[in-house]
Amino acid sequence: MSTQLVSDLSIFVLSVLVGFEVISKVPAMLHTPLMSGANSIHGVVIVGAMLIAASAHTAAGYVLAFVAMAFAAMNVAGGYVVTDRMLQMFRRRPTPPGKTDGPAA
Amino acid sequence: MSDFDTAVRLVYLASAVCFVLGLHLMNSPASARRGNQVSAAGMGAAIVVTFVVVAHDSTITSTGWIVLISGAALGTAAGLVGARRVAMTAMPQLVSLFNAVGGGGAALVAIDDVVRLHSLHIGTAPLQVSTTTALDVVIGAVTFSGSLVAVGKLQGIVPGRPLMLPGGRAVTYAIAAIAAAGAIYEMTGRLNLWVLIVVVVAALVFGVATVLPIGGADMPVVISLLNAFTGTAVAMAGFVIDSSALIIGGALVGASGGILTKLMADAMNRSIGNIMVGGFGTGDAAAAVAGDPSATVREVSADDVAIQLAYAARVIIVPGYGLAAAQAQHEISALADLLEDRGVDVSYAIHPVAGRMPGHMNVLLAEANVPYPQLKEMEAVNPEFGQADVALVVGANDVTNPAARRAGTAISGMPILDVDAAKSIVVIKRSMGHGYAGIDNELYANPKTGMFFTDAKAGIASLSTAVKSL
Repeated sequence: MSTQLVSDLSIFVLSVLVGFEVISKVPAMLHTPLMSGANSIHGVVIVGAMLIAASAHTAAGYVLAFVAMAFAAMNVAGGYVVTDRMLQMFRRRPTPPGKTDGPAA
Repeated sequence: MSDFDTAVRLVYLASAVCFVLGLHLMNSPASARRGNQVSAAGMGAAIVVTFVVVAHDSTITSTGWIVLISGAALGTAAGLVGARRVAMTAMPQLVSLFNAVGGGGAALVAIDDVVRLHSLHIGTAPLQVSTTTALDVVIGAVTFSGSLVAVGKLQGIVPGRPLMLPGGRAVTYAIAAIAAAGAIYEMTGRLNLWVLIVVVVAALVFGVATVLPIGGADMPVVISLLNAFTGTAVAMAGFVIDSSALIIGGALVGASGGILTKLMADAMNRSIGNIMVGGFGTGDAAAAVAGDPSATVREVSADDVAIQLAYAARVIIVPGYGLAAAQAQHEISALADLLEDRGVDVSYAIHPVAGRMPGHMNVLLAEANVPYPQLKEMEAVNPEFGQADVALVVGANDVTNPAARRAGTAISGMPILDVDAAKSIVVIKRSMGHGYAGIDNELYANPKTGMFFTDAKAGIASLSTAVKSL
């Protein structure tokens, strides 16, 4: 095994463990925003999409890069916005009538 | 490592820290919104630094820039429209769609790598690249097509009931074998583009063939599992292009999806394997079999129920998917407000699978302006039923059935809400139809239980009117 593989593997395993630790503390009430927020995080694949766009020199490469960029950008933008939309609805006190978009309590 | 490389890697590390902190802040509804913003800031930093890297390396062609920017613009626009417009009831579809594009994006990163090597006439790769490429492509493609089928089922485009393919399991296993054989061939370091294409196609078909036979009511598990797959695919893509940001981000999502999958399967009292084999349930909560007509139940009227509720000290509302299906969240919230104004202590008992994805019911009630301190999880609320004067069950069935405590029934061992411990129970239901498990609910025959046969939305509205007139 190369050094690179060992170090990547270490990062992967430790991240999974950190993930288990942090996520097991999220209350069931927030599981939908959690999943949607985690969804936004896997949008980090946009970094990979940008790098393949940077190395593309053939028609096939451009097509793959374009689709990957569109997929990843949709994942990031949509994921964060919809998670925020959900979380701002969780309020300690109900909103006063006539005011539907106030800040979270 | 040059100073530039070092700086870039440190920014990616900072992004990863933001992701972890963001997830950590989700441990309370009060800080969760800030957590999401922290996570988004980390993503922003990763994107900006990647832009800098792309510009700095200057290997990108002008067509490459056009592709990059137009792809980003199209995807962002589509994502924003979806995120702004989606109804909260349709949230599982949107999350599935994001699973699909995330998994698809991850698979494309690896496919591109092979295409690029192929055009350079390089047919071999180090084991690190070939193994993770094969895994990324298989997991990413299965997630992509499987998630799209899940979207179709949830949206009602594809029937929610279990659909068995002609040839059934044998065909699915054969496709799986083709995908696995191709993937193993690639893993040995021989990166053949044509073999990879076969693997992609087989994995896509496998994704469809696996999700089609799964019933609509098992969707919370399926979505969670596909979420875990997407995370894993992204992490594998990180191995392929040696990117710690992708590895960490993907691993966090894999862990999150894994935990949620386990929680959902436990709450349904089914094993993950049993759910994936499929063929279970009717899809949506529609009653498959009519209930036993000879069962003696006590029927109550809106006025009876209103009096019970209005003069109670403590009421626990038990919402199920039927409530969401009837779009009665706002009605129940209005009724709860009326009761609170009369000094009744109101809370909601939420079973983990009360919805189409983990935590779905909480979001639906939050949207209807229910303050979150009233939303209680099963473990927290079960001891409180004993002190409740009225338990009001709306659209929930199997998760309230005391038969689960006995051995030998279809739901034995399933964790349930201890509704029968309340002093009085009111069940709002359209008919005596069965729930998802297809068995009689013993709660309905309990002498403490009053059945209020009506449509959830209209029925709750009539309760509010009756309470107001008291």
